[in-house]
Amino acid sequence: MTATSASDTHVAARASDVWKVYGSGEAQVIALRGVTADFERGRFTAIMGPSGSGKSTLMHCLAGLDAVTRGQVFIGGTQVTGLGDAGLTKLRRDKVGFIFQQFNLLPTLTAQENILLPLSIAGRKADQAWFDTVIETVGLRDRLGHRPSQLSGGQQQRVACARALVARPEVIFADEPTGNLDSRSGAEVLGFLKRSVREYGQTIVMVTHDPVAASYADRVVFLADGQIVSELLDPTPEAVLDTMKRLDVLTVGVAE
Amino acid sequence: MLRATLKSLLARKLRLVLSGLAVVLGVMFVSGAFVLTDTLGRSFDAVFSSAYSQTDVGVAAKPKIEMSEMEGEEVQAPFPASVLDEVRSVPGVAKATGTVAADGAQVIGSNGKVLTSFGPPQIGQAWTGEDGLTELREGRGPTADNEIAVNVTVADAAKIKVGDQVRVQTLEPAKPFTLVGIFGYSGGRDSLGGVQEVAFTEKAAQQLLVGETGVYTGITVKADSGVSHTKLRDEIATKLGTGYEVKTGQQLSDEASDSLKEGLAFFNNILLGFAGVALFVGIFLILNTFSIIVAQRTRELALMRAVGASRGQMIGSVLVEAIVIGLLASVLGLGAGVGVGALLAYAFGSLGGGLQMASVGIPLAAVISAFVVGLFVTVIAAVLPALRASRIPPVAAMQDVATPDRPLTKITVAGAVVGAIGGALLGLGLSGNAGDSTLWTILAGVLVTFIGVALLTPLISKPVVALLGRLFSWSVPGKLGRLNSGRNPRRTAITAAALMVGIALVTGVTVILDSAKSSFTSLAENTIDAELVISGTQTGPRPPSFDPAVLDQAAKLPGVQETAGIYWDRAVINGENDGVTAISDVAALTDIYHAKATAGTISSLGDDQMLVDADTAKDKGLSVGQSLTVQTTRGDAKTYTLSGIYEASELYGGFVLPVAAAKDFAVPKPTQAYLKLAPGTTVAQVQPQVEALLANSPEVSVADRATFIDQQTSSLDGVLQMIQILLALAILIAVLGIVNTLALSVLERTRELGLLRAIGLRRAQTMRMVTVEAVVISMFGAILGVVVGSGLGASVVRALKDQGIDDLVLPWAQMGLFVGVAAIVGVVAAVLPAIRAARLDVLRAIAHE
Ligand SMILES: Nc1ncnc2c1ncn2[C@@H]1O[C@H](COP(=O)(O)OP(=O)(O)O)[C@@H](O)[C@H]1O
Ligand SMILES: [Mg+2]
Repeated sequence: MTATSASDTHVAARASDVWKVYGSGEAQVIALRGVTADFERGRFTAIMGPSGSGKSTLMHCLAGLDAVTRGQVFIGGTQVTGLGDAGLTKLRRDKVGFIFQQFNLLPTLTAQENILLPLSIAGRKADQAWFDTVIETVGLRDRLGHRPSQLSGGQQQRVACARALVARPEVIFADEPTGNLDSRSGAEVLGFLKRSVREYGQTIVMVTHDPVAASYADRVVFLADGQIVSELLDPTPEAVLDTMKRLDVLTVGVAE
Repeated sequence: MLRATLKSLLARKLRLVLSGLAVVLGVMFVSGAFVLTDTLGRSFDAVFSSAYSQTDVGVAAKPKIEMSEMEGEEVQAPFPASVLDEVRSVPGVAKATGTVAADGAQVIGSNGKVLTSFGPPQIGQAWTGEDGLTELREGRGPTADNEIAVNVTVADAAKIKVGDQVRVQTLEPAKPFTLVGIFGYSGGRDSLGGVQEVAFTEKAAQQLLVGETGVYTGITVKADSGVSHTKLRDEIATKLGTGYEVKTGQQLSDEASDSLKEGLAFFNNILLGFAGVALFVGIFLILNTFSIIVAQRTRELALMRAVGASRGQMIGSVLVEAIVIGLLASVLGLGAGVGVGALLAYAFGSLGGGLQMASVGIPLAAVISAFVVGLFVTVIAAVLPALRASRIPPVAAMQDVATPDRPLTKITVAGAVVGAIGGALLGLGLSGNAGDSTLWTILAGVLVTFIGVALLTPLISKPVVALLGRLFSWSVPGKLGRLNSGRNPRRTAITAAALMVGIALVTGVTVILDSAKSSFTSLAENTIDAELVISGTQTGPRPPSFDPAVLDQAAKLPGVQETAGIYWDRAVINGENDGVTAISDVAALTDIYHAKATAGTISSLGDDQMLVDADTAKDKGLSVGQSLTVQTTRGDAKTYTLSGIYEASELYGGFVLPVAAAKDFAVPKPTQAYLKLAPGTTVAQVQPQVEALLANSPEVSVADRATFIDQQTSSLDGVLQMIQILLALAILIAVLGIVNTLALSVLERTRELGLLRAIGLRRAQTMRMVTVEAVVISMFGAILGVVVGSGLGASVVRALKDQGIDDLVLPWAQMGLFVGVAAIVGVVAAVLPAIRAARLDVLRAIAHE
């Protein structure tokens, strides 16, 4: 397992035999068991799996938020594993965007300030045209001066999306971005993510356990018990649900 | 980034105010000190430049004893009147006036009490007529030796008017005079900086103030117009030769002003001491606030990290908050300091008897120190929390984990090490091996010890808080409150530590003072074998004194067996400055003190003999039979033979001269006397008769031994009061800390409180829960303070053992009081947070993010 394709230009993120072990002895949990996966540039990939299957862990490892126990992770041409704090900070600043399930925004800043936060942290200026495009796409023009507490959950998540997009990162990682939203707001956010992939060529990796959400993606990777067990291209909600059901049987079978 | 920081700062205004307040107070005292000294300094400059406005050149003889500010006031030596003619013969001198002036002319007011002064001298002088400065307001100048004029300040304070018979005591006991005039000064002033002035005829002034006629204490020279003052000064100096100090009016004014300003340093130090305590406690407060803020904002900070903020930026964002708080606090503190400084200056001016105040200014030093101190303290306090903020991992943004309870091992080890260093410094300072820097070593030791104890506090807090909490565990809210106070040992500890500092300081000082008092009392009871003591309380630079005739009259009273009067002066003995006493009856005093001779005889003293204690003799290598040259404040140097050496006691010691020497002392009157009664005579039989003898000596009174000892130790009470003000300040700041901690805890537990309310905890119960938490924390702080303070006090007392402090007195009642006060403080501090907790809207609290 060498770093064969670190420079493959069409791969935005890559996991190579990634293991993640929490704790030790009695309390040891193996969250990831040798995950290898490529996430292509300009594509919308969903990571699916039952609760506790290691989706979030995989995402944290890919994004350099957490250290892997074994294996390698690449973002673009950069090897993430082995980077120090300064390197990781630079990576997050320049190459990665995040959308979390909740607590995405600083409560004291307005929507606009939250959107521009990564840029202002990095000391960069926003590209005004791109900023306008993003704001138009997420439909937040008239909400820019509002605080998070004055926005609905769906609006807050759209602000988080805009924040991730505005810096034009190599990859955006989203962990259950619609987990806290009703289906209509969720559909809005997902549609918006899909558009940013279609129209602007953004790469997005999204963790979800909702088959409908996963169906917005170009490709779905299935995770069970810390391992990639299946994968679907151009999924429909039905196909995703079917695969999930099969996996459930599989996991139950494994458990027995 | 900066914007994000400032915004989150603004969102927490109340917290800012609370944590900034301690810094505001500290800065206030620092800048107040500068404003006070600056204002007073400029006021004194104005006073002296006006006082010397009529003097182009001044002449005085060198004082017999040159003294530093600490040792006392120099007394001008008199010189013969012929010097005046010599000065007049110098070309360029337009006018030369001989002056007679000395400190120590005390008017006895219409109420029979001696006029006192807190600082400004009480000048007696020869009347030289009106000039550009002195103006008669009423009557005329004295022309007969039994007439006086006084300045308006004296007339007002003594409530006397022209035509009154007024008694004045000088070198001689109080004598009656007729008040013939009242004078003031140019510009409508009643005094020059509060100085009390009494003017006699020249002859009376010489006799009463110097002790001999035909002499002056100074010459005021007016130069011919066009003649340079410095040139004239040099010419007069050359003419008079050594032995005289010739200075220009400007020089005299500057010197007088400078020496007064040195005296003001004392006030400065008190205020700076206050500032030190406020800031030291303030550091705890700010550290705590920032730690809590960082802990609370873990997710926010982690989010920042996740979107790309570097560690440096995290540290920066916390430090920027600190800087903003520091700046605001500095500005407010400076403003308050100017107010306090001005207020104190005016209080000082009116207390000192009407010093005309210069306008209040803001010296640059006040501004600089305000900002340096304010910023430094806040930033120092924020460094640790800032480092902690930078270590928050970005994943924390996605996890619901509260900050885990970190183990206390590191902090405890650090506390033990720091505490040990503090103890070592204290030991070094107290053992007297630190040389010149003893005081600083002790102070640093106390400070470092406090920090060490503060670091150990989290560990100590666990068992102690659990134990204290049991007091309140009888009700459910009490139990919940107790559990809450044990929840975050670090936070509880640091909040309590802030209170600990103040209480430890005052407990320590109380232990030392009470021990000193008790030691002195038992020493005095064992040493002084006399039933009655004549003495007074010293308020100015000169000790209170009384008519020496009283000694003889008292000795003749029936029932009085022995009397011994003590005179006191500073002297130069074989070239070295020292204190001397003269005893009216050496035999009586050795008897009263039960003093023992180690060499020679000490029960009698010839007119050219002197005694010294064994310690001083050993120190200076003196032995019986040796000759010593002694120059007292007035008169000529005299040679004495050392005829006896006595065993020193903590109560008495030093050089003893025969009573004949006292006529050349600065105050040629006894300052204290012991009366031993014949067996079978009671105090009540003799005391009224001695009181009658002292009718003309209003500065002193006669008291039995117990009362005398009480009077002697009462000066320590003043120190204690000072410390108690300091304590009040420290407690005030600590209360802010407790309010702060509780307010934050309530905020943090909004959800939990909502849950408790939802399942039926009543409002009153909620309030009780919060109050119990506060009371537990503050009582913990007080107990810690009492223990640490007793420890510090006891170690100082032990170190002072060879200074005669051999009783260790622990002020149990006071310590109990402190803990009680702390409980009340806890209740008070809990009021606002408790109300806030009780008012929580249950539904909203549960929905709280
Ligand atoms: N910080 C942690 N410490 C210990 N175990 C963890 C930690 N985070 C996750 N795990 C465990 O790792 C496994 C995978 O978790 P996670 O990646 O959060 O699953 P998912 O996101 O798919 O629900 C779970 O069994 C979880 O209990
Ligand atoms: Mg998850």
